[in-house]
Order: sequence, then C-alpha cells, then structure tokens
Amino acid sequence: MDKPNYQNYRIEAENICVDYNGKVALYDANLSLKPGQICGLVGMNGAGKTTFFNSLTGFVNISKGKIRINGETLRSAQKDQTIAYVPQSEGIDSQFPVNVWDVVMMGRYGSMNVLRCPRESDIQAVKDAIARVDLMDFLSTPIGNLSGGQRKRTFLARAIAQRASILLLDEPFTGVDIRTEKLISELFIQFKNEGKTILLSTHDMIHVREFCDLVLLINKTVVAYGETSEVFTPENITSTFGGISPDVLFGPES
Amino acid sequence: MDLCLFSSINTFVTDPLTHEFMRKALFMSSLVAAVCGFLSSYLTLKGWALMGDAVSHSVMPGVVVAYALGLPFSLGAFIFGVGSVALIGFVKQKSRVKEDTVIGLVFTGFFALGIVLVSKIKSNIDLHSILFGSPLGISISDVKQTVLISLLVVILLSVFRKDLMLYCFDPRHAKTIGINVFFLHYLLLTCLSLAAVVGLQTVGIILVVAMLITPGATAYLLTDQFDNMTIISILSAIISSVIGIYCSFWFDLETGGSIVLAQTFIFLFAFLFAPRYGIFKFKKFFSNYK
Repeated sequence: MDKPNYQNYRIEAENICVDYNGKVALYDANLSLKPGQICGLVGMNGAGKTTFFNSLTGFVNISKGKIRINGETLRSAQKDQTIAYVPQSEGIDSQFPVNVWDVVMMGRYGSMNVLRCPRESDIQAVKDAIARVDLMDFLSTPIGNLSGGQRKRTFLARAIAQRASILLLDEPFTGVDIRTEKLISELFIQFKNEGKTILLSTHDMIHVREFCDLVLLINKTVVAYGETSEVFTPENITSTFGGISPDVLFGPES
Repeated sequence: MDLCLFSSINTFVTDPLTHEFMRKALFMSSLVAAVCGFLSSYLTLKGWALMGDAVSHSVMPGVVVAYALGLPFSLGAFIFGVGSVALIGFVKQKSRVKEDTVIGLVFTGFFALGIVLVSKIKSNIDLHSILFGSPLGISISDVKQTVLISLLVVILLSVFRKDLMLYCFDPRHAKTIGINVFFLHYLLLTCLSLAAVVGLQTVGIILVVAMLITPGATAYLLTDQFDNMTIISILSAIISSVIGIYCSFWFDLETGGSIVLAQTFIFLFAFLFAPRYGIFKFKKFFSNYK
C-alpha cells in the first residue's frame, strides 16, 4: 500500500467528456501517467485545461469516460488525500482573511477529525511544508499582503502538507518572481525523485522543454500526447493553437 | 453635577430594564443578532449578499401559509426559503437569463405572493409586524422557537466552522480532499433560511438582509483573521441591537429600523477609521497603542 507499484499508472483518464449545460468543454480526452512523471498540459485559453483539472479533482462531473487514480475510483482517491490541486493566481480571493499558516493547514483538513482540530503531526507537517517553500518568516502574514510568488508558494506548501502523490498545478509559473520560479523548479525535481506525479498547465514553452517528460497538447480534445521530444513539434503546436505558427507565438528560438 | 450626570446615565440605561417587554426584546434581539452576525461573515466572504436578500424576502409566503394552517411559522419560512434557492438554481440553469436577474425575479415573485396571501387569508396576521418586525411584542411560543432555531444554527455553524470557511475560500480544494461540498452548500443555505426566519421577528422581512451582511462587512474592514472576523461580526451585531432598542425606547423610533441604522453607523465608522482598510488609515495609532 505504501510502496507505490511502479508498474501501475497513477492517473488513467479514458475518453473523458465534460459538458456544461450542453456546451462541450472537453471530449474524448485520454491521459495516463506513471509515478515520477511530469506532464505539461498545453493549450489555448478556453481549450479545456482547467476543465481537465476540474475533472481530475472531481470538481466537475464527467459526462462520459472513466478516471482511475492508482487503480481506484476518484472518490476513494479524494478520501485518501491522493490528489492536490494548486490553483492559478486568479482562481483565489487574495483578500480572504486567512494567513499563510491557515492556508497550509487547509491541506491537512482531509486527514483531521470533523472539527478539524490539528494534531501534533498536522502541525509538524504544516511547519515542514512551509519551510520547504521558504516562507517561515511569513507564518502569520495575511495572504493579501504576500507577493504573487509568495502566494503561489503558500498554495504549493498546502499541497506538500497534504502529502499527496499527485499534484495538479494550474499555471504555476504565471506571475511569479524569478526566485519563486527557481524554487518551484527545484521542488519539481525533488517531487519527481519522491515518485510524485505532476500535471501542470503552462503558457511558457521553455518550461515544457526544461522539465516535462511528457506533454499533452489539447484543444477541446487531445491533439497530441507523448514524450516531449517527440510530441512537442512545431507542427503539433501549430495545430493546437488553431493554425497559428509557434514562431509567432513564442519567437523563433523557443 | 457629576453625580447628576451619572444618575441620569444610570436612569437612561436601567429604566427600560424595569419593563418586562424591554428585557425580552433586548435578549431576543441580541440572540438573533448574534446568530445573523455569525452567519454574516460567511455570507459576505462567499458573496451571497443578494442571495441573503432573496431568501429573506422569499420566506414571506411561507410565514403566511404557516400561520393560516396553524403550523410553526419557522417551518413554512424554511420551506419557502430553501425552495426559492432551488428555483433560482433551476431557472438559471434552464434559461439564458443572467443570475442576478433570476434572483431578483424569483424573490420579488415570492414576496408578492406573500403580500397577496396576507390580503386574501383573513386572519390575525399583522402585515406590519412581518414587514418591519416587532421585537417588543414577541409571544412566548415565538421566543421558544427563536431560541431553538438560534441554538441549532449556532451549533451547525460552530461544528462546520472550518469546513464552511474552506468552502467559501477554495471549494475546489475542499472537493479535492474529499470534503462534501454539496452538503456544505446546502448547509449554508439552510442556516441562511433559518437565520432569516429568526431575523424577521426583530427587524422584519425587509431589513433582515442587513443583519445578514452589515456585521460581516464591518468586521471584514477591521481584521485579516477569519476567527477575529467572526467575533467582531457577532459583537458589532449585538451592540447594534442594544443601541437600536434603547434608541427606540427613548426616542420612540421604529425598533427594526433603529437596529439596522445602528449597524450601518458602525459600518460607516469602520469604513472611515478602520486601521488598515479605512479611508483615514489609523494604522500608526493602533500599532503604537499595541
């Protein structure tokens, strides 16, 4: 149970479809990821990236298809705290009256009793997580007073405190400072070595080449999926972005 | 001179307390204010002010029907409160009309139905006391009901305090870690309906929404800590009730209106002088004071 079976897939999504009141947001999407893999999710705005995340967290119901997490149902994965979601910066109310400690502690709620009283082990997990993202000096700082990068690290710490084996990150590099970017990149390598599975969406093609083993190009459905070196070609990127050449999008060097 | 001033203040405070109805009104209003104030911090953070307005108006026909059938008015109010929210959700999903329009449409419809019912059902329902509240004339059975409902709401909110906070802050994370978001959504709606029911006795249907949003908004300007926000919200609501009732007694003012006006003044004070978020930031003063 504790030792992950490296033969098995962490995430298996088969032909999943999501529609919002009849409007199709995603159809026939497939994805399978093993422990220790980092996968980049690339697509235009409105291509279904957030919808993909939402279906993997169970925040939206899929209308067709199947999702297995570690070979089990999504429901039991939720109960086991297997999946952590790190929202994009616009996805949260930064004026909400909570501080860094409160937010990271939220990562422990799922393993606490119904009153959510932190035990010694929860407090330790939160401390460790905050130390790993280098925010020990900001424990009681309201999230509204943090910089974009610090806030991003706070939510990353929440995922660490949760001790999830699957991390879903929506635009982890958008609006962060260089220091945070470096810290997140280093953490990704550590997570990979710990056998965690990471799915991240990004607009930055350099990041994809830098540390994504796999890449999933989507435009309402999967355009291409596979090893970054094979799939991340100008032709595939062009068709993902609706016929616009990657030169125009990212410059000739990317 | 000093003694004279002291005794007049003393009279000002204690005189009303010699009346049974005033003691009851003070107790009831403070209780109701505390319940609404507690809920208020969740509603303001969730952005449910309009929803609060909708639910509180929609309970009207429920109250009238319950009176006519001899049922506890809270039951009727509760059914119509939750029903209105379900109806809003349904119409929004099945039509292209925008949400705020649907909310406005549904609650005014329910409210109008309530008014029509009052005029049709010839009974001893006092429209004025439903619309504007009557904390000075609450009956014993109403007191029992209100105390029971208030306790229920306070217990529910206390037990699910942190889950509800998480639900308001980041429902996606809540769902991801296996917390039943659907349950929390309806729990908050249920508490809202129940709070509207108890609130309408003191300030009436029209103004009960103020009890549900003003204390929370005031507290939001004064703190960056959720727990403190809840405490400040409850305290400001209770203080407003006491001020409102005293003013109503001494200056012969409408009680519900006085309570809400007191809340509005406290909000205004926070809006102007809040240490961090007020117009005139008194941060320095407060940090020295600390």
